[in-house]
Amino acid sequence: MFEFIIIMLVKIAVVFGALLLTVAYLTWLERKVIGDIQVRLGPMRVGYHGLLQPIADGLKLLFKEDIIPAEADRTVYLLAPLVAIIPALISFAVIPFGSQVKILGRTIDLYITDVNIGILFIFAVASLGVYGIVLAGWSSNNKYSLLGAMRSSAQMISYELSMGLSIVGVLMMAQSLSLVQIVKAQSVVWFILLQPVGFLIYLICAVAETNRAPFDLPEAETELVAGFHVEYSSMKFALFFLAEYANIVTVSALATTLFLGGWQGPLLPPVAWFLLKVFAFIFLFVWLRATLPRFRYDQLMGFGWKVLLPVSLANILVTGLIMAWR
Amino acid sequence: MSIELPVFYFLAAITIGAALIVVLGRNIVHCAFSLVLAFFGVAGLYVLLDAEFLAAVQVLIYVGGITILLLFAIMLTSRASGPGVRILNEQLGLSALIAGGLFFLLIYALWKGIPALAIKVPTQANVPTIGRVLMTSYVLPFEVASVLLLAALVGALILARKEKD
Repeated sequence: MFEFIIIMLVKIAVVFGALLLTVAYLTWLERKVIGDIQVRLGPMRVGYHGLLQPIADGLKLLFKEDIIPAEADRTVYLLAPLVAIIPALISFAVIPFGSQVKILGRTIDLYITDVNIGILFIFAVASLGVYGIVLAGWSSNNKYSLLGAMRSSAQMISYELSMGLSIVGVLMMAQSLSLVQIVKAQSVVWFILLQPVGFLIYLICAVAETNRAPFDLPEAETELVAGFHVEYSSMKFALFFLAEYANIVTVSALATTLFLGGWQGPLLPPVAWFLLKVFAFIFLFVWLRATLPRFRYDQLMGFGWKVLLPVSLANILVTGLIMAWR
Repeated sequence: MSIELPVFYFLAAITIGAALIVVLGRNIVHCAFSLVLAFFGVAGLYVLLDAEFLAAVQVLIYVGGITILLLFAIMLTSRASGPGVRILNEQLGLSALIAGGLFFLLIYALWKGIPALAIKVPTQANVPTIGRVLMTSYVLPFEVASVLLLAALVGALILARKEKD
């Protein structure tokens, strides 16, 4: 029992630390990659090629003045960043990032926990993220914030639906809701080959769920100043950004697990494969942001409800028919 | 068994406390937020009963779907989201009567049904079990619920549709 607790705590600490480090350096990666695409250098001053920039940014944000608007709802205003960040970090608890390793004669599974409803757990937790945005927008008592929050909740609810339906095909083929079982079901062929439509829908919805370009309407600078977080400053502002980037890592890890065979791959160790695939997705996110212009709001809603939802339902139907026929 | 009891009391206290704020709170947005907490308490109780599928679905649908739409509606009507809205109305007596009746009904059911509740159900994989039972023994209620949802969907469409001329 004691040994179990120690192993568990170490695993949680390692995953948590790696996640936060990834998130911090994601900001650096994003600025560098976008800089490259736009033929600029990006951050260069702090450290070699700006490598220490995330640390400098973090320190700067910590020491900034923390402003609370006079007319804000104080309790909710203070709670909102926490409500945004906690779901973003917690979903990593069920993502398997490797098979087993032997350390000091003990076999250790490379996931924090394998609940048999893993995928539902992630979706349930992810559906909480929208609260942080809505509450932040409302409690700031600012028109732009409220409009941003409204847009965001409508967008996230709409795309959450298609996202949930897009993975049903995978669940039908894997015959399990456990992420570990889903990875094991892909030992022969990855689900991206069997569920290409589902993968495409998942990818589009993942971009929309994380409020990234081209679906970054909740914070559209040109119309809404900055949307739901316009009144936030200092560390609270940083928490919103941390949550956004942590969500990117989570949806990338989930895409890897559901469609790209998780940690499975030849030659390299499993953890390396997992990280490689996740970073490929993260790079895609940054690439999309640098390439595509923002959608108009009615286009966004129309696309979600009139294209993605019917297509994902049809995908489930076709998958079911093929599975019944075989 | 020893650890389950304090956890149960903790979750029950959270659920009931949050539910009281939902009913008696003065700021309606705070009420909606407490509703989330109450739903979480219930989800925790489900986990305690080894019904983790139900717990996840509870959070996914009630917290992630229904309450967020509730908040949405509250925020769009700025009069309701301001402080000082009347929380209790003239149907207070009637609802107290109904709530009291339900309470005694539950007590009666619990008192009658204690042997049934004491059985520990084997729940190694409750997702396949739920799926199978929904499609066999309970297929009629399942379909009736589907028709109800479809009717609500069509109704919402008709309300939201713009009249063309």
